[in-house]
Amino acid sequence: MQEFLTTVILLLSSTLRLSVPLVLCGLAGLFSERSGVWDIGLEGKMLFAAFAAAAAAYQFDSAWVGLVFAILVAVLLSLIHGFASVTHQGNQIISGVAINFISSGLTVLLAVGWFALGGRTPQLQPEARFPTVILPFAEEMRPVPVLGAIYADLISGYNILVYIAFAAVPVTWWVFHHTRFGLRLRAVGENPAAVDTAGISVDWLRYRALLCGAILCGIAGAYLSIAQSAGFVREMSAGKGYMALAALIFAKWRPVPVLFACLLFGFLEALSIRFQAFDFGLGPALSTQIVQSLPYVLTVVLLAGFMGRAIPPKAGGIPYTKER
Amino acid sequence: MNVAVALLISGLVVLFVGQNPLEAVGYLVSGSLGSGEGIGFTLYFATSFMFTGLAVAVASHAGLFTIGAEGQAYLGGLGIALVCLALDKVVPWYVTLVPAAMAGMLFGAAWAFIPAYLQARRGSHLVITTIMFNFIASSVMIYVLVNLIKESGSMAPQTRLFDAGGLVPKLGEILPVDIGTAPLNISLFIAIAAAVFVWVLIWKTKLGFEIRATGANPAAARNAGIGYVKITIVCMLISGALAGLAGVNILMGDLGKLQLDFPAGIGLVGVAVALMGRGHPVGIAVASVLFGVLYQGGAEISFWMPNITRELIMLIQGLVILFAGALSLMFRSSVYSLVDLFRFSKREA
Repeated sequence: MQEFLTTVILLLSSTLRLSVPLVLCGLAGLFSERSGVWDIGLEGKMLFAAFAAAAAAYQFDSAWVGLVFAILVAVLLSLIHGFASVTHQGNQIISGVAINFISSGLTVLLAVGWFALGGRTPQLQPEARFPTVILPFAEEMRPVPVLGAIYADLISGYNILVYIAFAAVPVTWWVFHHTRFGLRLRAVGENPAAVDTAGISVDWLRYRALLCGAILCGIAGAYLSIAQSAGFVREMSAGKGYMALAALIFAKWRPVPVLFACLLFGFLEALSIRFQAFDFGLGPALSTQIVQSLPYVLTVVLLAGFMGRAIPPKAGGIPYTKER
Repeated sequence: MNVAVALLISGLVVLFVGQNPLEAVGYLVSGSLGSGEGIGFTLYFATSFMFTGLAVAVASHAGLFTIGAEGQAYLGGLGIALVCLALDKVVPWYVTLVPAAMAGMLFGAAWAFIPAYLQARRGSHLVITTIMFNFIASSVMIYVLVNLIKESGSMAPQTRLFDAGGLVPKLGEILPVDIGTAPLNISLFIAIAAAVFVWVLIWKTKLGFEIRATGANPAAARNAGIGYVKITIVCMLISGALAGLAGVNILMGDLGKLQLDFPAGIGLVGVAVALMGRGHPVGIAVASVLFGVLYQGGAEISFWMPNITRELIMLIQGLVILFAGALSLMFRSSVYSLVDLFRFSKREA
């Protein structure tokens, strides 16, 4: 019983850890896509932010400086995306793909140019990373059966970014449903002409939505490189940005379901790490490959709409042209 | 214009990492165009990019943005390798070539079919599904290479070397040109034929008209009796088949074996090539050669300037996609206003 509980708690806590970048990116995508701008560039923004965080944290020996730089870089990339697809009405998908290419090229190029370590940043010292937060009374609670272990190992004991990520979900929900900005943001994704007629700038609203997303992406990147690991490695985002998008579609562009979709993906990833050579009765080699590709396959399956049809924001992907 | 801006920004990045961009340009040009061998390598890379560029372009005419050429080329390579392994000791290369190419096209098309079907029938996001299929392809290929067709007794995840019957001749062997050790081979002619085929298909056939109509306005095309599902699937199958052909150039023309990660990004270059070539075969041919120059030149740069990696090419691709794809309207409007200004001042005078 005790052993089973430990296993479950370990699995769930690694699920939480692995979901963090997905949750942050999923919410980031939520902001921009509800405002009517597709954002395939989440992956690239997160990757570049991860590099910026690691480089800055190394340079200034401070995790917080790293976080600031990560957010700045993500904001910059979002501005490029906005400039191309909002101001100049370019194709949003193509612009996002361009951001992904630029990020995966530039991060390695800069890493090699600056640190000459074959595309990684130097190993970070503990003070340049986010420390683990131990919630009050975690140790005192530990002896309490079941609840104690859950509190001490499942709820307490992550770094601050994890808590920020999960706090971002209710905050996003509140912004979307209880603020003027959120209402307008949802409106501009459905019917930009109506918002325009009401005298509100469609472009400025979309830029603001992109910026909200950029901040979340920046945090996601910082989490990857200076909280979860101790440095930047090339291509460390490994498709998480795309999975967040899939989670977003799966969640039908709503904040709370995004959380659960991301937790599901995180759980799968945790499973595949834990059961690296899990035997499906097909031989160990085949099983490894199956487990490794499981998140990708599941993404495709979920996107195939076996969970009911997801209806995207009506104005998504269409640049808004003012009537002349 | 767009490409010039992309290159200019890349130059600034080179400067930013503390290297001399002019020196880099020097290596780029001399490495790719400065010798017969360099030109041979440039055109060899360009051949691969033609296939994937055409693959992306065919889909784009139907309004489909695919990123799956990478995985399709990879799987296509599997088909080609299987045929080569089966036939290379029995028959000469010109007999092997046809079934091998067919197998490459078949496997590539098959890999494109599922995302195509999901897009057409279920409205799954093609961009995301094709990216996922690239990831899945790499898992599948690791499994196949390591467990099913690895050369026995070898540790490396690759097949045995093809015999003469599985290798196509290099151009240096059949034509009086001096390209040194460059792996440029007769696939170049297959690529040119593929380009002609795409041109005829898109602009000279009924199917091509339907493809373009669907790309221009899917709703109107549907009302005119053009099946969206059919066009989507057919386009993606052709696209996958073209991507699958790239393996002929790489496996039968150069490597002589199937190995891990052999496409090395050609499918992604195809996206940039198709955008830069505006979907037209001639434009794609030109863009392929330009990217061939970048690839070969980039290899030279990273050889001579160790602080600059081949990822420079990735960056340039991204910038080309940004400027040629997403920001194409920006320059158009500023060029127009320049022209307007010019006209205006003339009228004044």
